[in-house]
Amino acid sequence: MLAGFEALSELVFVGVGLHDEGGISLKGLEEVRSADSVFIELYTSLLPNFSLERFEALVGKGLRVVSRRELEEDHGEVVLRVAERGKAVLLVPGDPFIATTHVALRIAAEKRGIRTRVIHGASIISAAVGLSGLHNYKFGKSVTIPFSENFSETPYLVIAQNKELGLHTLCLLDIDAERNRYLGVREALETLLKVEEKRKMGVVTRATLAVVVARAGSQNPTVKAGFVDELLNYDFGGPPYSLIFPGKLHFMEAEALKVLAGAPSSVMELVE
Amino acid sequence: MVILPLPRFRQTSEILKLMHKKENIRNIGIIAHIDHGKTTMTDSLLAEAGLLSPRIAGEARALDYLEEEQRRGITIKTANISLLHDVGGRPYVINLIDTPGHVDFTGKVTRALRAVDGAVVVVDAVEEVMVQTEIVTRQALEERVRPVLFINKVDRLIKELRLTPSEVQDKFMRIIRDFNNLIEIYGEPEFKKKWKVDPQKETVAFGSALHKWGFTLKIAEEKGVKFSDILEAYMQGRHQKLAQLIPLHNAILDMVVEKVPNPIEAQRYRLPRIWKGDLASEIGKAMLNCDDNGPTVMCITMAQMDPQSGLLATGRLLSGFVKEGDQVYLVGARKDYRIQQVSMYMGAFREVVDKITAGNIAALLGLDLARAGETLVDLAHKDVMVPFERIKYVSEPVITIAIEPKHPKDLPRLLDAMNKLSIEDPNLITTINRETGEYLLSGMGELHLEITVKFLQDYGGGLEIMTSAPIVAYRESVAGKGIVAMAKSPNKHNRFWVQVEPLEEKVINLIEAGKIADEMGRKQVGNILFKEAGWPVEEARNIWAIDEHRNMLINAMKGVQHLREAREMIIAGFRWACRAGPLCEEPMRGVKVKLMDAQLHGDPAHRGPAQIMPAIRRAILGSFLTGKPVLLEPIYKIGVSVPARWVGDCISIITRKRGKILASEYKGVLSMITGYIPVAETFGLSTEMRSATSGHALWQCTFDHWERIPENIASEVIRRIRERKGLPPEKPTPDMFIGEEQRAMRSETL
Repeated sequence: MLAGFEALSELVFVGVGLHDEGGISLKGLEEVRSADSVFIELYTSLLPNFSLERFEALVGKGLRVVSRRELEEDHGEVVLRVAERGKAVLLVPGDPFIATTHVALRIAAEKRGIRTRVIHGASIISAAVGLSGLHNYKFGKSVTIPFSENFSETPYLVIAQNKELGLHTLCLLDIDAERNRYLGVREALETLLKVEEKRKMGVVTRATLAVVVARAGSQNPTVKAGFVDELLNYDFGGPPYSLIFPGKLHFMEAEALKVLAGAPSSVMELVE
Repeated sequence: MVILPLPRFRQTSEILKLMHKKENIRNIGIIAHIDHGKTTMTDSLLAEAGLLSPRIAGEARALDYLEEEQRRGITIKTANISLLHDVGGRPYVINLIDTPGHVDFTGKVTRALRAVDGAVVVVDAVEEVMVQTEIVTRQALEERVRPVLFINKVDRLIKELRLTPSEVQDKFMRIIRDFNNLIEIYGEPEFKKKWKVDPQKETVAFGSALHKWGFTLKIAEEKGVKFSDILEAYMQGRHQKLAQLIPLHNAILDMVVEKVPNPIEAQRYRLPRIWKGDLASEIGKAMLNCDDNGPTVMCITMAQMDPQSGLLATGRLLSGFVKEGDQVYLVGARKDYRIQQVSMYMGAFREVVDKITAGNIAALLGLDLARAGETLVDLAHKDVMVPFERIKYVSEPVITIAIEPKHPKDLPRLLDAMNKLSIEDPNLITTINRETGEYLLSGMGELHLEITVKFLQDYGGGLEIMTSAPIVAYRESVAGKGIVAMAKSPNKHNRFWVQVEPLEEKVINLIEAGKIADEMGRKQVGNILFKEAGWPVEEARNIWAIDEHRNMLINAMKGVQHLREAREMIIAGFRWACRAGPLCEEPMRGVKVKLMDAQLHGDPAHRGPAQIMPAIRRAILGSFLTGKPVLLEPIYKIGVSVPARWVGDCISIITRKRGKILASEYKGVLSMITGYIPVAETFGLSTEMRSATSGHALWQCTFDHWERIPENIASEVIRRIRERKGLPPEKPTPDMFIGEEQRAMRSETL
């Protein structure tokens, strides 16, 4: 090591964006190209059209895929050890810290004297909201609908809470990227209807309005607004899916649902 | 020459008629220490007082029953047998459940005892009351099964030991005294006095099963036989005559008919012991009265795989009746079934019948999930039936071997055979270690496993099996209270605070005695812990889980959000921790785990089982390691019977092997040494004993208890186990499991 030059010790979190390898920003690309080591995790999101080979060709270097076990149970040691001795990049689908679990890694890095930076990417949170035509400032708490074996009443209760305040609810549908498994819209709706049967609060019935966003960030996303009854049997194409339960509608929101998301005209009657 | 009378032939319908008359039914078992002559006695009963249907008799012809048994390849050794016996001109049906003799099979004995009301305890007159006599008698008393005594092998006292009549008398008195002493120790107060045996009261018989004679004082009087006549018969070599003069089956079966209660009498006092439901309910009353018209309730005591017809479940009907096509429900398996076939035992054979009524033993086909200890009830009562008390197993599987087929292609056959055996023998635990690809058999002793391997070979149709050297099972526990340990889930979104401490000996005993169990209602468990273990109401009320290895999970948390949805995952994490402790991944034992506090993430996807289970496990293991962790090893009770001159040699072998001597008693020509010895020290014991005593020592080992391993040995044992399991040589430290921020909990629960 040359005198006067301090060893660089840096971890940069770079968002990969949505759907395919084209979602990374130019800034992100620069960071990857100048990094000593590049890691990528592919378990927090489903990137249906992402190819590791194409991406490696694009950035001109090899990537190391890190598993959930390495980042969570082993506390990201494999990444931190490299970052201590140089510049490491961790590529994360979407926007890096929307996957909340990575905050722990960032804290651990800072505690060890590793400088951290973030390069953002597009996130499903903003993409789904935007595609639906609903207004961002009117969303309440978001929630994940888990696979049926992890049945939970929480999503239903979150929707109820938000509706109480007139707010929309963004529901992410559970995925198991490591096993290439995802929750379908029909299953998710059925889970909610099951809770409705028990709780009878009228929060999610067959006559409730909902919006489905499929494959946000791809060339041909599907955005469909309709009543649960209709959505149960609708073909949305491939995953990933998000589900929105609108609260009170602004007249512009209702119009957007009708024009951009194929909502029935009766949606206009729901305007506050 | 020996005269073999032909079995009497009866119409099945006639027997069925008899089975309705409950006053004329006796359900019994025969129990004994190994080699005290149980099987010889059973065979002789069967041959002399047989019961055959004409159908089977037609095939059997004049063949000796036992030959027939061999020809058909039926082993009566594990089967039920029904006998017919007349007393005072009245016919009685005696259902006899045979039980295996070796201590390694005491589990099967316990199961059989649930079905019977009386037990003939066979004691060898030469060896007298031995370790296993004590165990099986205790088991009988615990199930409220009334014992009667048969002092066997009197011929050896005369022929081999050449004892004088007064010496014989002394021996008898000592055996009776020792036996009554067992009743005094293990009997319940209300039965002790009545159940102590006394030759004057027709509860003791003497004889020789080998030579097929026996008598009670009453029979001796009636026939005018004196002990001197028996002595004389042997002197003059005409003891065969004794089998005609005072046949064994008369002595035994008279005693059974006279002294063992019929099912109506027996169920009245046995039911409260084996069933904890409401005795005043419809079902309770029906069982108390052994009522044919009540709801159908059966306690399954044996499950066997029949190669032709599938699973055969045998058990005792406590009320109602069973017939083909009945809709029934298995409470433990939570499944309804249609009974495909009902049969009864005729002699050693199974005979299909239409219907069997309360108080009898029935065998049913079609219940594929039935296991020993299962409760069967008619479908109409499935929601109100309280299952029977769990059958208690005195022994635990403490030895494990790894097996594999010699030819890899035989693996499916081996797995199939393992599955069948684990159905039939609840004391056998079969596991597949997915990491090492090993197939493991855990049993109660070396012999148990040896015989299991033989069974596997037979079931697999001559399968060749290779076995590893035996491995001893250990347990991990804590000697003190651990810290309140905090662990986060892998995604760092959830955290738990947990504290472990030793589970009180009193509570472990309650679990072992079957008084509290995981499948019982939580309220009931709470009441017992409050009343019998003095637990504070708060704790007693919040038992979440009782693990099979005597560990308990208690919820001491309040006001934690989303807890209800995480409960099952928390319990699963607790069971995971209990399965493999931190010292060397042996099961935990006697550990009380308290959940002190938790923070669960609002989003359900962030608090799934993959997050909750490891967090709970880590918190438990972390607290465990700060609670003075200890390793427990299994200890056998050993009983050695050896001529006096070798007593010193035997004692020194046992003590050299870290054993303890409890007593060494002189019993006639033989001495009886009892003591404790660690299971780990018993491999190779036979060679040493044999060479030290020129083969004159006979001994038996039974699992007795778990004991803390001395510290100087423990670390070496742990190291060896870790090495065998491919774990890092050093045992883990608490900080490998729990977070660095062990700060106080956020809520006021601390």
